[in-house]
Amino acid sequence: MSLLQVDHLSKRFGGVVAVDDCSLSIPAGGITGLIGPNGSGKTTIFNLITGFIAKDEGRITFKSHTIDGLGPDRVYERGIGRTFQLARIFPRLTALENLLVPIRRRGLRALFARAGWSDERTKAMEMLEFLEIGHVAGVLGGSLSYGQRKLLELGAVMMAEPELVLLDEPAGGVNPALLERIADRLRTLNSRGTTFLIVEHNMSFVMNLCSEVIVVQRGRQIASGKPEVVRSDPAVLDAYLGA
Amino acid sequence: MKRATNTRVLTAGGLVLLVGLALALPAIAPDSATTNIAVFTMMYVGLATAWNIMGGYTGYISLGHAGFFGFGSYALGLLLARLAIAGGYTVFLFVPVAGLLTALLAAAVGWFALRTRAATFVIVTIAFMFMLQLLAENLTSLTGGGAGLGFPNPRWRGDFYNIPFYYAMLALALLALVVSWSIRRSKFGLGLLAIRDDEDKALAVGVPAGAFKLTAFIVSAALVGMIGGVYGYYVTYIYPQFVVDPLIGISMVLMVFLGGLGTVWGPVLGALILEPAQLWLAYNYGASRLYLVLYSAVFLLVILLMPQGILPSLGELIARRRARLAGTVGAAP
Repeated sequence: MSLLQVDHLSKRFGGVVAVDDCSLSIPAGGITGLIGPNGSGKTTIFNLITGFIAKDEGRITFKSHTIDGLGPDRVYERGIGRTFQLARIFPRLTALENLLVPIRRRGLRALFARAGWSDERTKAMEMLEFLEIGHVAGVLGGSLSYGQRKLLELGAVMMAEPELVLLDEPAGGVNPALLERIADRLRTLNSRGTTFLIVEHNMSFVMNLCSEVIVVQRGRQIASGKPEVVRSDPAVLDAYLGA
Repeated sequence: MKRATNTRVLTAGGLVLLVGLALALPAIAPDSATTNIAVFTMMYVGLATAWNIMGGYTGYISLGHAGFFGFGSYALGLLLARLAIAGGYTVFLFVPVAGLLTALLAAAVGWFALRTRAATFVIVTIAFMFMLQLLAENLTSLTGGGAGLGFPNPRWRGDFYNIPFYYAMLALALLALVVSWSIRRSKFGLGLLAIRDDEDKALAVGVPAGAFKLTAFIVSAALVGMIGGVYGYYVTYIYPQFVVDPLIGISMVLMVFLGGLGTVWGPVLGALILEPAQLWLAYNYGASRLYLVLYSAVFLLVILLMPQGILPSLGELIARRRARLAGTVGAAP
C-alpha cells in the first residue's frame, strides 16, 4: 500500500526543467532512499511534496487524499514532516523550545495553552534524551554544534508524530560516529511506525539503511527497487558515472 | 529547581512592588508636572509593549503603528461626538470600542501588508501611516482636517486632572503586559518567535505563519488604538500631524530596541528610561525637540554596544557564563 503517491509531477524554472513527468510511490512503513546525481531534482521533489513551491503539472496524494496546492504548514498538519539540506533550527530558542514549536493544529485552546506544559514538555525531554542531547535542553539553538543541530532538527520534526518524514541529506557534514547514531535512531523511529524518504549522497548510508531506493536523473525516475538491485542497474551506473 | 523557585518568588515580589508603586504614584507625587510625566510614561509602556507583540515576537518591524494610534484616537473622538457623550468617566467605557475598530482596520491592512516580508513590510507600513495621515487631513467633513477634532471636556480641574488619565494609561499598560506575557508563554507565542527566527522552517513544522502573524498584528494594533483613544481624550483636541506622527511610531520601536526586542519586560524598561528622559529634556530645554538628539544617540549606542537590547544582552551574558561552567555549548554530540 502506497503512503505517498506522486504522479506525472513537473516543475520548470524558466527554461530549466527541474522535475520532468516524475512518478514515485512511497510504501508505508519503510525507509526509502531518493538518490541521483547533483541537480537531478531531488530537493525540488521534496519542495513540491511539502508545498514550498507550486507544481506546474502532476498530482500528489498522501494517504489517498490529494495534497495539491496545500502550503507547508497544511502539509505538515496532514502528516508529512521534512528536514533541510543544511540543518535549520530556531537559533534564538532553546533546544527544548525548538521541540515545542511543531504544531498539528488541534484548535485554539491548544494554541493558547501554555507552551510545553506537562505532557508535551515531558515528551520533548524524552525526545532529547532519545537523541542523546538532553544535556543541552536549556541551551540556545544558535550555540549548538552542527551535529547537535542535525539531531535537534530530526527531533523537532518528529515531535508532532508525522506519518512520513522527508530527510534532506541527514548524513551531510556529520562525523562517522554521529552518522551511526543517526542511522540507529532512524531505524528505531521507523520500527515505531514512521515512514522515511531520504535524499542522500552518502551511498553506504543509503544502502545500509534503506529498504528501497529510487533513482532520479534530470527530474525523472530512472530506476527503483532493493538497494542491491539498484546498485548494479546499468541505467544507474550510467547516470552516476556518465558512461 | 530551588534556583527556579527562588527566581519565581523574586519575580512575583518585584511585580507586586512595581504595581503597588505604580498604583500609589499619584498619592506620592500628586503635582501635575509629575503626573503628566507619569501619564506619558505609562502611555509608552503600553505602546512599546503592544508594538513588541508584533515587531518583537515575529520580527516584522512595523513603522506604521502611529497610524493605529491616530486611528484609535479619531475613532474614539468621532464615536463620542456622534453619540453626544459628555466628558467624564463614561468616556473610558468607549475605549474598547476604539480598540475594536482599530482591530478591524488592522485586519484589513495586515491582510495585504503581511504578504510581504522584511524591508518591504517596513515600507508598506510606513506608506499606510502616511496614507492615514493624508486621509485625516483631507476628509475634513469627518475629521475636521487641519482644524482638528475636539473631545468632550472631562471637567476635572487642577492637579486631579491627570490622575484619571494616569490610571487609564496604567490599566492599558497592564493589559498590554498581561496579553504580551500570556502570548509569550503560549504555543502561539512560541510560533511567533519561530517565525522571527526562520519563517520557512516554522512553516515546515506546522506553524500557520500567515494566521499567526495576522493575529499578532491585530492584537498589537488594537492595544495601540485603545491607548491612542485615551491620549486623544487627554489632550482634548487632536490634529492629523500630531496623532498620526511618525515620531510616535519611532519612539515605541526605539524603546523596544533599547530594552530588548522580543522580551516581555524589555519594552517596559525601554519606555521607563526613554520617556521620562525625553520629557525632562522638553521641560528643561523647551519644545526644541532636543530629545531627537537623545534618541539618535541612544539608537547608535544600542546598535554599537548591544544590538539585542539591554535585557537579552544581560540574559545572553548569564547564559554563556552558565554554559561555560557546565561545559556543554558546542560540545560534540
